Amino acid sequence: MKPVLIISAGTCGLARGAQALIKTAKDYRRKQRLHREFDIKITGCHGLCEAEPNILVHFNGKFIFYQKLKPENVKDIIEKTILKGTVIKEFLWFDPKTKKKYEKIDDIPFYQKQLRILLDHNVLIEPKYIKDYMKFGGYSALDKVLKKHRPLDVINIIKKSGLRGRGGAGFLTGKKWEISRKAKGVEKYVICNADEGDPGAYMDRSLLEGNPHSVLEGMIIGAYAIGANKGIIYVRNEYPLAVENLGRALEQAYRKGFLGMDILKSKFNFDIDIVRGAGAFVCGEETALLASIEGEVGRPRSRPPYPAEKGLWNRPTNINNVETWANVPQIVINGANWFSQIGTKGSKGTKIFSLVGKINNTGLVEVPMGITLREIIYDIGGGIPAGKKFKAVQTGGPSGGCIPHSLLDLPIDYEGLTQAGSMMGSGGMIVMDEDTCMVDIARYFLDFTLHESCGKCPSCRLGTKHMFQILDRITEGKGREGDIEFLENIGKNVELTSLCGLGQTAANPVLTTIRYFRDEYLAHIKEKRCPALVCKSLISYMIDPELCGGCTVCAKNCPSDAISGKPKDVYKIDQKKCIKCGICLTVCPPKFKAVKKVSPPVK
Amino acid sequence: MKRVENIFLRYKYQKDNIIPILQNIQKQFNFLPTEVLKYASQRLKIPLSKIYSLATFYTTFSLKPRGKHLITICMGTACHVRGSTAILNEFERKLSIKPGATTKDMNYSLETVNCLGCCAIGPIVVYDGKYIGEFKLKDIGRILKGRA
Repeated sequence: MKPVLIISAGTCGLARGAQALIKTAKDYRRKQRLHREFDIKITGCHGLCEAEPNILVHFNGKFIFYQKLKPENVKDIIEKTILKGTVIKEFLWFDPKTKKKYEKIDDIPFYQKQLRILLDHNVLIEPKYIKDYMKFGGYSALDKVLKKHRPLDVINIIKKSGLRGRGGAGFLTGKKWEISRKAKGVEKYVICNADEGDPGAYMDRSLLEGNPHSVLEGMIIGAYAIGANKGIIYVRNEYPLAVENLGRALEQAYRKGFLGMDILKSKFNFDIDIVRGAGAFVCGEETALLASIEGEVGRPRSRPPYPAEKGLWNRPTNINNVETWANVPQIVINGANWFSQIGTKGSKGTKIFSLVGKINNTGLVEVPMGITLREIIYDIGGGIPAGKKFKAVQTGGPSGGCIPHSLLDLPIDYEGLTQAGSMMGSGGMIVMDEDTCMVDIARYFLDFTLHESCGKCPSCRLGTKHMFQILDRITEGKGREGDIEFLENIGKNVELTSLCGLGQTAANPVLTTIRYFRDEYLAHIKEKRCPALVCKSLISYMIDPELCGGCTVCAKNCPSDAISGKPKDVYKIDQKKCIKCGICLTVCPPKFKAVKKVSPPVK
Repeated sequence: MKRVENIFLRYKYQKDNIIPILQNIQKQFNFLPTEVLKYASQRLKIPLSKIYSLATFYTTFSLKPRGKHLITICMGTACHVRGSTAILNEFERKLSIKPGATTKDMNYSLETVNCLGCCAIGPIVVYDGKYIGEFKLKDIGRILKGRA
């Protein structure tokens, strides 16, 4: 088999310069006439975003992983690895702690504890070509379903597998399908919710960019089971590459006869349209999403009736998210038993998490349910960079909460996370170290929900605003006695009296940070001190006279002329002029490290 | 208005396609001009108040003209813990505008976005559609170069 040069080119890869690698590789192959020697594959994200732009070389049955490449490295890789078969040591991924280098992708600790059922194909297939997807078993699940199964059989398989919705709430997918199937109505819809709005979550983007056909195949199977002839993918406007790849995949699927009339001669008809969102977080909520498709302002309505009975245009509508749909073909091919053996009692299969924030190996990880947070953060994620201490991990986006160090051995599944005061959500996992202020994080999330609240329920509209104002005050050093209790009180009320998931969970970031990090709140309120040195009003920048080398860099870069001194002498910050932008800290040369933050601020 | 008419035609003058129609108008004009919205209201028989409510509810839409260059700062959680607020503050100070506004010379518009899903390489700034990862405070000068 010819060696293959696989270039990771999802949005993150492209942001890090993958386009230049692609161009260099193609130009070099053309100029040297090496078309017969090797293939080039431009794929979606490979998961280890930290290493972008990265290249995999597939030869002799192994995948060699090269990381953080520059365009000029590509020539070396082609000449040495592809043509001669030698591995280039300096491009290999290495453990930031032990400095040990790894050749093969499977040996890298980041990949070892993962179970990549959905993401594995991102490495193998070029999303541009449907035949790539088909080469690795794509659309064989659809073929099997249409030829061998009746719709009810499909529903039973999904029910038996125990698959639960990956969008957040975790409703049993098979059961949802059954309700939609039984609902009365001539025309039914299936919808793919690709409005991935949780900040810090991007698994759906990665699937849509890297393997769009898996989502389409899942939807077609679902539509057949439910008896729907029309499908819609509601995708976030902020994901241009996903929209592009999906659009192309749709055209190809039509051409191959997997969509349209009389699919694979089964007399089953099904069409899919793409609808782009317009930048409203609340449209990830299913009833708001439906309103948005109907051309209305995206405001949730009360349920019941559930969309499965009365959804789009008041017709039965089955909504699942991207990751849920992508699981469907796998379950059909490998069987419900195979799937239900993975995971815990109540949560089956794998879940993709985006491991981001203060972590060494940032990226997308797919793990079996029931794995502990410690395994994800330390074994897969490689721990916290720069020798800092772990403080908390935030899961579930603005609806979730912060989980502290004491709960690191918590097995991750739907119930476990809910008990800890957080939730699965779509699977964002943001790691925070000692430099993250928990009050500031709570304030950040409330700022988010406050702006994204659609305004329908007064408790959410006013409650989030009120909580934000209190948190804002605390971070400014104007916290008062009783603020914490007041926050808890408002939080519980917003939770109880809001209509949709956004409001019901809006207080989670506040309530969990109070529950686990009360000390930090008290330090802000009573001592006017920010222990993590984040809250601007509670810190000052200082130059340590012992360490200052008098290099003048800070004074030159200071935007407010607050730093004065003579070259080679000690510099000083005028606290009255200082606007606390932090530029001096970033420009102070590492050999001096003289700029420090202190809290409480100097008067 | 002929260009607008073509957009209507593509969406078959259907009222429920108003959001994609507005998206296309914005693509054409870079914002939603009042006259065009009034025209759309007449042609599609949708009350102007409803179009206005859509245009203000969804954050992609802008009722004000936008500058030659668009600077978008990701304010997602991962970018936040890596210091995006300081970057936003510095852009605000350098350009003397708040997010959602455009400089007087119509050169730059500053916007924020909730998350671009490139969390691994945050903090992220998008300059005219180009994603810049691991953005540092000192990169701001480089971006705004060619301008006093």
